[in-house]
Amino acid sequence: MLTILFDGFAYGMVLFVLACGLSVTLGLMNFINLAHGAFAMAGGYLTVVLMNRFGVSFFLCIPAGFLVSALLGGILERTLYARLYAKSHLDQVLFSIGLVFMSISAIDFFMGAQQQLITLPPSLRGRVDFMGVNFGVYRLFVIAICLVLAVALQLILTRTRFGSQLRAAVDDARVARGLGINVSLIFTFTFAFGSGLAGLGGVLGAEILGMDPTFPLKFMIYFLVVISVGGTTTLTGPLLASILLGIADVAGKYYVPTVGSFIIYTIMVVVLILRPQGLFGRANAR
Amino acid sequence: MSTLLSYFKSDTSTATGTLLAPARWRALEILFWLFALSLFWLAPSKVLLLNEIAILALFVLSLDLILGYAGIVSLGHGAFFGLGAYVAGLLGKHGFTDPVAGLLVAGAIAGLLGFVTSFLVLRGSDLTKLMVTLGVALILRELANKFSSITGGADGLTGVMMGPVLGMFEFDIFGKVAYAYSLAVLFILFYVARRLVNSPFGLLLRAIKGNSLRTGAMGVPTNQRLVTIYTIAAVYAGIAGALLAQTSQFVSLDVLDFHRSADAMLVLVLGGSGQLWGAIIGSIIFKIMYDWLAAITPQYWQFWLGLVLVAVVLFGKGGVLGFFESGREWIAARFKKAGAQ
Repeated sequence: MLTILFDGFAYGMVLFVLACGLSVTLGLMNFINLAHGAFAMAGGYLTVVLMNRFGVSFFLCIPAGFLVSALLGGILERTLYARLYAKSHLDQVLFSIGLVFMSISAIDFFMGAQQQLITLPPSLRGRVDFMGVNFGVYRLFVIAICLVLAVALQLILTRTRFGSQLRAAVDDARVARGLGINVSLIFTFTFAFGSGLAGLGGVLGAEILGMDPTFPLKFMIYFLVVISVGGTTTLTGPLLASILLGIADVAGKYYVPTVGSFIIYTIMVVVLILRPQGLFGRANAR
Repeated sequence: MSTLLSYFKSDTSTATGTLLAPARWRALEILFWLFALSLFWLAPSKVLLLNEIAILALFVLSLDLILGYAGIVSLGHGAFFGLGAYVAGLLGKHGFTDPVAGLLVAGAIAGLLGFVTSFLVLRGSDLTKLMVTLGVALILRELANKFSSITGGADGLTGVMMGPVLGMFEFDIFGKVAYAYSLAVLFILFYVARRLVNSPFGLLLRAIKGNSLRTGAMGVPTNQRLVTIYTIAAVYAGIAGALLAQTSQFVSLDVLDFHRSADAMLVLVLGGSGQLWGAIIGSIIFKIMYDWLAAITPQYWQFWLGLVLVAVVLFGKGGVLGFFESGREWIAARFKKAGAQ
């Protein structure tokens, strides 16, 4: 029972890292980016290639996954995404679905359709027994990283100069520009950062979630559930939502496997009907 | 209001004339339908593909009604398509084999689901609508998967029997009757949709899409109108799904897949949304492109599909129809200039 709770918690934390980048681009920049999972996949596959082909240590892959995905996101933002901020949501959806399709085929072409496996370093394997409950070391590690990230993100957004500039740019890009804030640069940075977080989630999740070419499509729904249930006004909302989702998913698959993902979708629809701004979102928010 | 096909002159000097102009049938439109009919004799080896095009066109037409005309974004329109397909398939399997009656029942049940779920898409932002529609489609797919004793689950629904259309035309293995049947249904429903979007109701929908707050202030019950069109679109999609089930005599979980809804959106944007012909032209291009790409790169055709999608969003305004339209305007402007000199 507690083990399931713990595994679900770890699963939820990975979902949070994957989704919080989306929460920034979608919630703050108001851009519906369904291709977020593609950046996560980039991080995940980078890990697979680095570890299995070149024997790079897993600990090095974590920053590498972040940096490469962030770079990829930054380049794409400058070349493609920046043209779409002013377009309708429908255009954004279509554009990002197009990117998802392309990334799926590209990965399939270069890496094959099979699921990729990574071998964790020995120091992260194994389990610890604590008060009769079995904790996986890797999952503890993931939870620790995610918690640190969550706190750091919240501080960056609320306490730093960059955070307030970002919020200003989002609230009113024209006025922010008039005040001398380089809005497009800030957007590029934010987008790259969000993509980097997705890549980091991909690295951490490669072992827990599994990596195959359909990853962006399969988990797109999970990200969107986290964002829409958690609301996009705060980071706490998505954090709680992803933990809930992780536990519900793991417990659901364990106890009532026949019902499957049915519960999650139903909960999502019900939450959205009752509270369109999300469970933890404030009303009147963008 | 002018479209690609405005060949017949109409009086646009008055407001009524301008409003009525798009409702007029144009020579090219009539030619198109005659051509579609003649393909029955001209290209008998391609009727299977043509049948698929007709079904896809009907499905995309239904999405156009809500997305192009009423401005409701949906990522789960495939739900109605799949429901219609399963209803028609199950009817056929359990001895109720009249195709036309099956079509009507499937349309009615899909419409019922559309009516019930339409209240969910009235609220919230675009994102909420996308999520709710996607969620409904996912729930339906999950249900079809779990109740495998009824739907056949992942193996698909086999043993669908179909009687002759109107008691006269038996389905053949070459798909000739299937194509004629689908084309007839598409034509009738296209005609109805054409009347619908050019009626005051259709104009109101466009007003709601433009600014729902202002339209509401004019005394239009906007929510009621949106519910109506969403239900009608669901009926259309259900009938399209039923056509697929009846003509292929097989239903699989594939009909409820996410890619159906995404493809429909792509086709609509490719052809040009907000114009009924966009759905048909988009379907023709999409299916032929798909056929061609799948023959060259069976495994990676999705890549090119994605590329087209990205390109259409970045460079194309209004899809193929919009492209022709701006081309026509450009030529007209050139001629005007030449005449003035």
